[in-house]
Amino acid sequence: MSVVEELVLEPPTFVQRARRGEPLVYVLSGILVLIVLCALFAPLLAPFPPNHGNILAANLGPSGAHWLGTDQLGRDILSRLLYGARLSLLGPTMIIVFATTFAVALAISSVWIGGWFDQAVARLLDTLFAFPGLLLAILAVAMIGPGLLAPVIALTLAYTPYIARVVRTVALRERHLAYVESCQVVGLSGWQICFRHLIPNVSPIVLAQATIAFGSALVDLAAISYLGLGVQPPQAEWGLMVSDGQSALLNGSPWESLSACVMIIVVVLSVNILGERIALRNERAA
Amino acid sequence: MTTPILEVRDLRKVFDVRREQGRGKEELVAVDDASFTLPLNGSLAVVGESGSGKTTVARMIAGLEQRTSGSILVNGVERGLARPRGAERLRRGKEVQMVFQDPYSSLDPRQTIRSCIAEVLSLHFELSSKDRDERVAGLLGDVGLAQRHASVHPRSLSGGQRQRVAIARALAAEPRVLILDEAVSALDVSVQAQILNLLGDLRQTREISYLFISHDLAVVQQVSDEVVVMHRGRIVEVGSTDDVLRAPADEYTRRLIAAVPRPGWRPQRHARTVD
Repeated sequence: MSVVEELVLEPPTFVQRARRGEPLVYVLSGILVLIVLCALFAPLLAPFPPNHGNILAANLGPSGAHWLGTDQLGRDILSRLLYGARLSLLGPTMIIVFATTFAVALAISSVWIGGWFDQAVARLLDTLFAFPGLLLAILAVAMIGPGLLAPVIALTLAYTPYIARVVRTVALRERHLAYVESCQVVGLSGWQICFRHLIPNVSPIVLAQATIAFGSALVDLAAISYLGLGVQPPQAEWGLMVSDGQSALLNGSPWESLSACVMIIVVVLSVNILGERIALRNERAA
Repeated sequence: MTTPILEVRDLRKVFDVRREQGRGKEELVAVDDASFTLPLNGSLAVVGESGSGKTTVARMIAGLEQRTSGSILVNGVERGLARPRGAERLRRGKEVQMVFQDPYSSLDPRQTIRSCIAEVLSLHFELSSKDRDERVAGLLGDVGLAQRHASVHPRSLSGGQRQRVAIARALAAEPRVLILDEAVSALDVSVQAQILNLLGDLRQTREISYLFISHDLAVVQQVSDEVVVMHRGRIVEVGSTDDVLRAPADEYTRRLIAAVPRPGWRPQRHARTVD
């Protein structure tokens, strides 16, 4: 048998892809990386301890010593913003990691097992959809008590069906493609097929969904803190800072509420645009 | 007489389909009491128009579809109905392999060609990584692909090249029976001919039996010794390819042959004049 010489098209190199990709994606990724670094190295970067305040120097405007001014208890706003990034990002990260794990496990097993199990999972997801996330969070706080734990549990429950539904739809399409069926005929086990083939092939969609859900989870958590049901003072968290700064805002020093709001908006906006870009790229690749 | 490598007895498949109008379900008989045998090292084609149930027969034999009744015997041993587990699953993989119709969906887009074939090899054989790479290279050579194709992803390959990879993957398990479900019908004629020649060559060098599922009588003529004609789930005619194509006994077979878009077409490879 002669070897048939045919042209082999190589996949695009990294440079080619970067040139094709939009600069916006790189800028937004850069911003997010920067914010995450700020959160990680807050103790090194913050000029003051976050909970140390001088009541005599309250509600100051921006100055050389306090770049973003001080809050109503005289605490440095920039330091609190940097420390606040930790809890503000940790909450949604936990929610998304848990929700994505549950969603993928639920969706993939339901697609793989099929039949009555698939029907049951579909009904379960429909039922979960009926509960608004915020309401569920308030219920959880009432049961467990305020803090980060209750909203995280409630929002994990609320976000699981959103991710699971999309993953299930995509996995259902992949499930009966010839490459999965040929794995079955070859004799791979269900676990091997799911972990080596099915999950990797739905992962781009999972990533897009998880990224977009991260943005709304951050907003939801901030709203819960703003209502006073989440992270409790004196801990620094962006949603809490927005509500803390409210009275100062009315008294003419908007710096605390404003800076926390800007941080929330910047993160949510970047994450959403990135998520949409990922989804768009998946569509183009499909 | 030796045991046939594959025997199908009274195979039947009924699908529940939702009624187009109104409620409830109705039964659709996709395969109705199909029986045939594939001799050791033989080559059998199942032909018929789309919807005739030929693909369902193939999927039942490969274990992708549950049969409603009847039996499937591989090497004289009946296949159970339950989902196979562990050793049984591996044993079945070494008995029957299948190549699918669509070359564009039959390979995992995230896997390189090497890891695609190596996955099957390491599932079925205890091999050192060096031996495994050699086997991968050998299989790629068998199906007429170059060694540089091993490190690329399926998206870099043409439809014909992908179908060769799919064949190489199926052969990696060293099956006794290879089912080819319209495996060449998505390819253009020259690539089709290359793959058919390749399959013919493989039958010379390995002990392997083919079950072709096809609607293309020209392909069937070239590759199979025997042919089974299916129409609406039923087998209407069985016989050697030459006899069936030259002197079809059944009305449907006659129409199927007449439908080939070549007027006056006659089997060419073994063309014989009737005295």
